[in-house]
Amino acid sequence: MERPAHDRGGRPTDEPIDRTEHELADWQLLTDALVGALIRRGAMNVDELRHGIESMPPEDYERASYYERWLFSVETTLTEKGILAPGELNEAAARGV
Amino acid sequence: MAFDVGQRVRVAEREHAGHHRTPGYVKGKRGVVVRPHGAFRNPETRAYGGDGLPERRLYLVALEQDDLWPAYPGPPEDRLYVDVFEHWLVEDS
Repeated sequence: MERPAHDRGGRPTDEPIDRTEHELADWQLLTDALVGALIRRGAMNVDELRHGIESMPPEDYERASYYERWLFSVETTLTEKGILAPGELNEAAARGV
Repeated sequence: MAFDVGQRVRVAEREHAGHHRTPGYVKGKRGVVVRPHGAFRNPETRAYGGDGLPERRLYLVALEQDDLWPAYPGPPEDRLYVDVFEHWLVEDS
């Protein structure tokens, strides 16, 4: 069976490893805090977070950054659980909430 | 099943389409149990809204680097340490 996009360990690559430290943007810090709060409140758990990330279409997974994958998973997981209505976040974003 | 420290094991090579915490590159590889971590809820069911019970034992396992990588250039005693759940380990004679 072909390994899925997220199962990356041990894959050969010629690309150098970026070892530089990088500052996190505000939205990335907020995403981390949001997921921490959702887990502490019992709305979701870390295994559901990972499963949601692993269910991303491979091309979206490859394009997305680390915290973009978290956000994708939060939205799909909370929608599957009925905590968010389908499209609710998009509507809120369009209203500028 | 329970494993003893020092016991030779192999990581199961079976396919598993759903969420699991065993990386593909260690499947089928041989190693030695280094340390038990205790028992934890199973991520394979917790990822789908389950309670993760029964808990599964988790072990730190040492794999031989030259078994993992073709033409590994380092010393033969080099090991890679990875956490593996008991149901992903099999006895290795």
